[in-house]
Amino acid sequence: MIPAFIVENSPALMIIVPLVAAFLSPFIGRISSTVRSIWVGGAMAVTSAIALILALDVYSAGTRLYVFGASAASAAIPPDSGGIPIRIIFEIDPMSALMLVITAISGFSIIVYSLSSERSHTGLESYYTLYLLMITGILGMVSTGDIFNFFVFLEILSLASAGLIAYRIDGGVAVEAALKYFVLSTIGALAILVAIGIYYGQYNALNMAMIAARMQFSVLDQVALVLIIAALAMKCGAVPMHFWTPDAYSMAPSSITALLVVASQASLYGLFRTVFTLYNVTLNAATVGWLLIILGVLSMVVGVTMAIPQKNVKRLMAYHAVSQTGYMLLGVGVGLAVLGNQSLLDAFGYMAMEGGIFHIINHAMYKGLLFLTAGAIFLRLGTYNLNRMGGLGHSMKWTMLFFVIGALAIAGIPPFNGFASKLMIYESVFVFNPLLAVIAMVVSILTLASFVKVFHSIFMGPALPEYAEVKEAPMPMLAGMGILAVVVILFGLFPGIVVESLIAPAAHALVDQGAYIGAVLGGA
Amino acid sequence: MRMSKIVRTGANLLYPFVLIFGLYVIMHGHLTPGGGFQGGAVVATGVALVIVAYSFEEVTSMIKKVGMKARESIGLLLFIGAGVAALAAGAPFFSNILANSGLLFGQTVPAGPNPGDLNTAGVIPIMNVAVGIEVWGGLAIIVLYMLSSIPEEGS
Repeated sequence: MIPAFIVENSPALMIIVPLVAAFLSPFIGRISSTVRSIWVGGAMAVTSAIALILALDVYSAGTRLYVFGASAASAAIPPDSGGIPIRIIFEIDPMSALMLVITAISGFSIIVYSLSSERSHTGLESYYTLYLLMITGILGMVSTGDIFNFFVFLEILSLASAGLIAYRIDGGVAVEAALKYFVLSTIGALAILVAIGIYYGQYNALNMAMIAARMQFSVLDQVALVLIIAALAMKCGAVPMHFWTPDAYSMAPSSITALLVVASQASLYGLFRTVFTLYNVTLNAATVGWLLIILGVLSMVVGVTMAIPQKNVKRLMAYHAVSQTGYMLLGVGVGLAVLGNQSLLDAFGYMAMEGGIFHIINHAMYKGLLFLTAGAIFLRLGTYNLNRMGGLGHSMKWTMLFFVIGALAIAGIPPFNGFASKLMIYESVFVFNPLLAVIAMVVSILTLASFVKVFHSIFMGPALPEYAEVKEAPMPMLAGMGILAVVVILFGLFPGIVVESLIAPAAHALVDQGAYIGAVLGGA
Repeated sequence: MRMSKIVRTGANLLYPFVLIFGLYVIMHGHLTPGGGFQGGAVVATGVALVIVAYSFEEVTSMIKKVGMKARESIGLLLFIGAGVAALAAGAPFFSNILANSGLLFGQTVPAGPNPGDLNTAGVIPIMNVAVGIEVWGGLAIIVLYMLSSIPEEGS
């Protein structure tokens, strides 16, 4: 059905297609803007399709290797290298495949949305080029099995994101937000580079599987671990390194904000990959696990309490994004804290990790949806200020529906997907430490309260005279939001199937370090 | 503002040599220190030299932003194209299909000391050229944009 060539080369193709499309789009944009829209939309659709094909293949046939520049795609160790995998290797296990699914769905629905929401803006050739570069960066980060390559893709992602955050100059405020993001990203990337240098100096390898196989957990490795956790926790917006998120998220165009959410999840993936695959049982699991739990609890509580008083709807949602990231750190942190103890892992560790990982995909879907609705409202009203909105339920019915779906999902109300993952986190974390579960539930209630307020001030009340001319958002924007809304509902209605087929393999792949190493080094 | 006649004449004289040196570094990237990025940066300093010597209006009529942007994209596309060619030949992405093939840059390097054979290393020189073109365009664009925000003297 699908040509074998595409399946075999899918890890490379999903990088090639967006890159080629990105660099050709300035030329194609000179023909006409319609042709460019078709070009970038088509390129993104192809990229998503390839990523989904690859993910499907990984889920059905197991971990995939793709060795760049080798004689064959599976030749991880060249015969004359002395057993060291020297080439750049993409290693896609079920955890990576899950991130590919997230990127494919979000990337496609957001570009459908952008085609309409950005239509009237200038500088579109850079917009789409940078958008596709962001997609490349995310896809590369989550698939690579080479830690230096991870750094390269992280930089591609950061540079493209910084450019896009500043895309709407807005009196220089957006540029300030972009500069803040850029400086912090660079500091984070340098920290990661130092950590990579430490690994390379000790183990003569850049391949993650090789480093993992040789990991000693010396003092230097502890330094490297701290550097990587600090940098990636900052990139995913965990408190106390969250201060760039409200600025960057609120000043970027809404479509880009939705993609920045996915980008943050990719950093989170990097964090989990480092902790579980590079270190695994060599590190002091309880200490690092509790570190992640504390980061998570802080993010949840500080994020939601900062969100409540916000007047700017996107700043408010940005703080909620920080808060939701906390759930993922909490769930996976609990799993990490009991790593190495098989009975506890089976009792609640796996379930906590599955909850945390399930929350990653759920968050990317409903948070993306919420940011897109905010963008639709901004397109029609020209303001993000909650105090100046009201009565939009009369004119923007579909947007209201999507907002309600997103808001109920983020607050963890059944039958939406947020409920499914939060319930898993509550149940498993309660066994580990009841206090943490209570905090998580309180945060959820505060989230609901906050969104009830937002919903009321945007959509309820009589139609305001100054917004009498307001129409529903254009069709492509509704379509983009619709895709995400359908995923939110489907994941909420059938969480069992999703957890069994997508999430559980991902959680087990993270824990099973031996399989990751064995795929590259063979046998081990 | 344009510089004195001495500076302009000096820039005119130096410009071809800077360009040739940059292209030399790019072309010998697989043999000597340097490569696509370094050579491209040297070529871009040639652009910077012209910008320093002449006024902004004169420079923008000589060096077009559009042309530099095109160089950037073409360089990157050439780079990816070199990788995709391997896919077309049935090998993984970025395989060095030209090395030791006897075709372009495909000569086998003989064992022992040699004076530096340019016609070796397969796709690596092609990628150096691609990176060189990209960096030339990219750095020139950066210099041009930075200059365009400086107000003219007296205005």
